[in-house]
Amino acid sequence: MSWTKTPALFTVFRKEFLENLRDRRTLISALLFGPLFGPLLFSVMVSRMLNQSVAESDEPLRLTISGSEHAPGLTGYLVAQGVKVTIERLSENEARAAVRAGSAQVVVVIPDDYASRFTAAMPAPVLLVADSTDSQTRKSADRARSMLGGYSSTIAQLRLQIRGVNPLLSVPLAVNEVDVATPTGRAVVVLGFMTYFVLFAMLMGGLYLAIDSTAGERERGSLEALLSLPVARSSLVGGKILATCAYMCISLAFCLTAFVCAFRFVPLERLGMSANLGAGTAVLFFAICLPFVPLGAALMTFVASFTRSYREAQTYLTAVLLVPTLPIAFASIYSLKTNSSLMWIPSLSQHLLMTSALKDEPIAAHDVWVSAAASLGVAIVLTVLTARHWRRETMLG
Amino acid sequence: MIEASHLSKRFGTIEAVRDVSFSARDGEITGILGANGAGKSTCLRMVYGVLTPDSGRASVDGIDILGETSKARAHLGVLPHAAGLYGNLSARENIEYFAALQGVAAARLKPRIAELSRLLGMDGFLERRAKGFSQGQRIKVALARALVHDPGNIVLDEPTNGLDVMAIRSLREMLLALKQQGRCVLFSSHVMQEVAALCDRVVIIGHGRVLADETVQAIRERSGAASLEEAFLQVLGDTEGVS
Repeated sequence: MSWTKTPALFTVFRKEFLENLRDRRTLISALLFGPLFGPLLFSVMVSRMLNQSVAESDEPLRLTISGSEHAPGLTGYLVAQGVKVTIERLSENEARAAVRAGSAQVVVVIPDDYASRFTAAMPAPVLLVADSTDSQTRKSADRARSMLGGYSSTIAQLRLQIRGVNPLLSVPLAVNEVDVATPTGRAVVVLGFMTYFVLFAMLMGGLYLAIDSTAGERERGSLEALLSLPVARSSLVGGKILATCAYMCISLAFCLTAFVCAFRFVPLERLGMSANLGAGTAVLFFAICLPFVPLGAALMTFVASFTRSYREAQTYLTAVLLVPTLPIAFASIYSLKTNSSLMWIPSLSQHLLMTSALKDEPIAAHDVWVSAAASLGVAIVLTVLTARHWRRETMLG
Repeated sequence: MIEASHLSKRFGTIEAVRDVSFSARDGEITGILGANGAGKSTCLRMVYGVLTPDSGRASVDGIDILGETSKARAHLGVLPHAAGLYGNLSARENIEYFAALQGVAAARLKPRIAELSRLLGMDGFLERRAKGFSQGQRIKVALARALVHDPGNIVLDEPTNGLDVMAIRSLREMLLALKQQGRCVLFSSHVMQEVAALCDRVVIIGHGRVLADETVQAIRERSGAASLEEAFLQVLGDTEGVS
């Protein structure tokens, strides 16, 4: 390093930047753990989820039927629908036990009086045994239920027809569902929490530098000498926050690159979804997140400035990492739609803008400006508060 | 030249420093002697302006430390009680960082560091990272860091703490050399022998007050005690517990 006569702020920035470049802990969290953790976990989870749901809709429904000899018509109907039927003799209790033990997923039990009631045109009992807490079998049970319902209404209409009644009388409504979800829109449900990983990686990138340049300075006893120099405290704080910003930007760029790569391996197309995350969107994400960088850096530096030691700072900053989740969680609980007034809330505005970008929706320039202005405004307030704290005598500890 | 007049400082209900006045002249070594907790560090911290006195003022070369902090500090080198280094920077980089913040011109820096390295005997570890330095090596780098901008006044807060005999000896030689160059050296200590061996003037502080401000010789003569130790103890009163 060679120092030329530069403003103190840049001297501090350069020293913090280079010093932490030599710190393994900073590097691992800024360049490895922070940015790669999200995309890795995410792509593994998403591809597992997708593989499962693709497999389920492709696979034939498996049903265990007991007492099928009482209802050859129903059994025939199910087989005709493509259900893989296993015929077994089970009592009601045995069926419950089999489902609980997992040896059968869904069991249809047809009691002895089924045939007599069916011929008498009385409601014939059918028992559907399934475990609704198991998300896998719940889907199978739903499919089985709708098939039984289909059989039931077919028989009903036949009976009316035989008695000379127009079967259409029993169908007062003709409901047609129109699902307007676009393929990308559907993907967004799956990708919703990706935005938090991006914000998380960004904060992780600056975490150790924010600690090292404040609590670390105090812990190693270099703070008092630094504070005795003819340098404005605001320059010290500014340089430290700037260095934290630099690491956060690196981390953000790494994370987005990793996401772009990861998305090439996630089989979203197999569900007819397309995730709009190419290089262009990644650049847009970076631009959207950029105003949040100084906010995060100032927030972490501010909090860490009050702590006495590395360990204490780590405890508090781990909580700070969760702060950006709060507005996002709040928004998903109340399922808030993107609107301009929400752009005043940092982290939520970034989340909404990124989600819009993923969905390929048009983004209003006005919203981007409001989001950036709000984040930068908070960043400035936090920086001023940090500098003010550094001017206090209590900084010496 | 460092002057403190009527400095007072209170932390909550504790009066750490009460109406302390002294001056440290150029070309002299002035020692502040007092027991642990007597208020030495608080006094020095007010002198270099990281603490604001409740009343009174301090100046360096006639420049008020609170009024023109940056200008006054440019005339001042400070070795605080906690003189930690940046472990991931080499000794040279540690010094360079402070030089840059002091506004030392790049062209002057290299010869200045070479000079300090020779003077303090840092040649062996100048390019090494500060992480594994011994206490003695650390103090040398911290001292070089405080002297890099060639200040006329040097303030050291208990610089000999934790040093071995050899390191104390070389520090002592360093301070004498600084005095010879006509600089004003002000340091605090709770070790009587150290102060007696080195200082031209001694300011004795007890319970936040100045108990004596004289030459070593004058203290001895005034008290009429046979040894220096006796003389100091008389001034301090035996409850003070100076080692």
